[in-house]
Amino acid sequence: MKTKLKYFFIHLFIIMAVIITTYPLLRIFSVSIRPGDRIISTDLALIPAGATFISYIKLFKETFFIKWIFNSLLITFATSFIGVTLASTAAYAFSRYNFTGKKWGLSALLLTQMIPAGMLILPLYLMIMKLNLINTYLGMVIAYSVSSLPFSIWILKGYYDTIPKSLEEAAMVDGANEITAFYKVILPLSTPALSIAFLFNFTMAWNEYLVARVVLYHPQNYTWTLGLFELQGQFITQWGMFAAGSILITIPVLLIFLYSSKWLISGLTLGSVKG
Amino acid sequence: MAEVKFINVTKSYGENVILKNINLEIKDGEFAVIVGPSGCGKTTLLRMLAGLEEITGGEIYINSTKVNDLPPSKREIAMVFQDYALYPHMTVKENMSFALKLKKLDKNEIEKRVTEAANILQLNHLLNRMPKQLSGGQRQRVAIGRAIVRHPKVFLFDEPLSNLDAKLREEMRIELLKLYQKLSTTMIYVTHDQIEAMTLASKIIIMNKGVIQQIGTPIEVYSKPQNIFVASFIGTPTMNFIRGKIVSEGEKIYLEFEKNKFFIPAFSFTDYQKYIDKEVIIGIRPDDIILDESKMDKENANKAKVDVVELLGARENIYLKISETKNICATTNSLKIPPQTEIKFSFNYLNLHIFDPETEKRIN
Repeated sequence: MKTKLKYFFIHLFIIMAVIITTYPLLRIFSVSIRPGDRIISTDLALIPAGATFISYIKLFKETFFIKWIFNSLLITFATSFIGVTLASTAAYAFSRYNFTGKKWGLSALLLTQMIPAGMLILPLYLMIMKLNLINTYLGMVIAYSVSSLPFSIWILKGYYDTIPKSLEEAAMVDGANEITAFYKVILPLSTPALSIAFLFNFTMAWNEYLVARVVLYHPQNYTWTLGLFELQGQFITQWGMFAAGSILITIPVLLIFLYSSKWLISGLTLGSVKG
Repeated sequence: MAEVKFINVTKSYGENVILKNINLEIKDGEFAVIVGPSGCGKTTLLRMLAGLEEITGGEIYINSTKVNDLPPSKREIAMVFQDYALYPHMTVKENMSFALKLKKLDKNEIEKRVTEAANILQLNHLLNRMPKQLSGGQRQRVAIGRAIVRHPKVFLFDEPLSNLDAKLREEMRIELLKLYQKLSTTMIYVTHDQIEAMTLASKIIIMNKGVIQQIGTPIEVYSKPQNIFVASFIGTPTMNFIRGKIVSEGEKIYLEFEKNKFFIPAFSFTDYQKYIDKEVIIGIRPDDIILDESKMDKENANKAKVDVVELLGARENIYLKISETKNICATTNSLKIPPQTEIKFSFNYLNLHIFDPETEKRIN
């Protein structure tokens, strides 16, 4: 009886949590399929009367939405790959080697995480301008990669620290040099941490608005965050298209999370070296 | 097939000297066991030979090649680690063929060697398993298999059995001996367990505080320990030590110790005259204390009180109170003597070990 009651409360809690997280999403979905004359209505029905995909069609036809998504995906993937690649080797050095300034370097990386993003807008803008990369993908990728690098390095360093050094030593005795030992033994073992770093980079770059606002000025080059904002006019905001866009942009992130979850779980079950 | 030589090898971290002037020669085909308490530098010595640790001074040779600056991969050695260090993301087969793939060996050759090693170690049915699906003993065998497939010149073992339970350890010890007899390659084995050292080694190297204390066959280090450290480290239960003064009474000499006198035959010393009225430490192994009166030198027997008896099955450890403050341990076949009994004992004089209390070195 006691356990039944316990399970009842656990289920109740989970159901509440699911409702709280999905309700706003469902409301946005409901707004996105409302016909144009009923956008601002107090109707609570999930599928409104006269539901239509017109907002979606308009979004594709009347705006650069596909281009925005493409820009976002390009910048996001480039940022994530560059960020994870650089972080994986930098973190390895921090984890395995002793060098002057190691402690200082790690603290400095942590310090950068304490500076609010807004404060960095101006210096970032100035640097990207000096590099002549304003309104380019490369400028965005550089700005994003550097700002997420410290976090990725910390995550990966923490993970490498848990991998016993004897694995690399065994590889080296087996005939590998340090680089081969890293690529063949340490990297494959670090997939869980690499996935977390990748996801972090991905969501950060995918949702970023402030830096994009100052670096990109041509609507064709916008990322979706700027693009959606474009739909908000001074006198009228196209809520239908706004909602449709909002729903669509969750799809890539959702797919990435679903795909990478298998790596995250496999990481949790990875055994240690000795029994 | 290889000889290993350490010439004046030193290792220090800053001012902290870990190994001092190590000179050691391990001949081709020898099973050398380096044994010592933790922190004595034995693992460091092995890691220096493997190339995983830099050498501060001296030279290391494998055959005639000086290996001081060679990376581990070029030394043609194989090492079995204490924690096995199996690659967790590879199957047993992949673990075993990793080194051969790096060497870019022919596929058929890799297959042949892996099967060969798997046959020796009875791993055939486990080849497609992941390390986490194996038991401790199986993992250990895979780690050894990974070393065998490479056909190395020297095998290095770094406390390979220390993570196994007692029974498995015994089994693996026998497996290792069989393996050694089959491969007859040079093997260097590090352990802190003196039983492992005694049972496996053809040559024992005993280390303490970064210095080699004695090198010899197991029986040599057991029967003629060169100093008190070796004497106390090798053998269970530990050797008994009695510190006292040598005195002569008429023709006989005795060890005078807290109002007690123990007869010591003159032949125990090379030159007993030198030690009259001087302090020495007498070492006697528990096995060399005679409690059976029929086998005893009755004339010179001593009295003691049984303090504690530890029954080990067929044998027992008897702790004898020989003075107010001193207990010694004797091992006998089960005599079932109750505690607090007064009994007689004598020493097996042929196996007395006499040490200088200052230098702690053997003097007989």
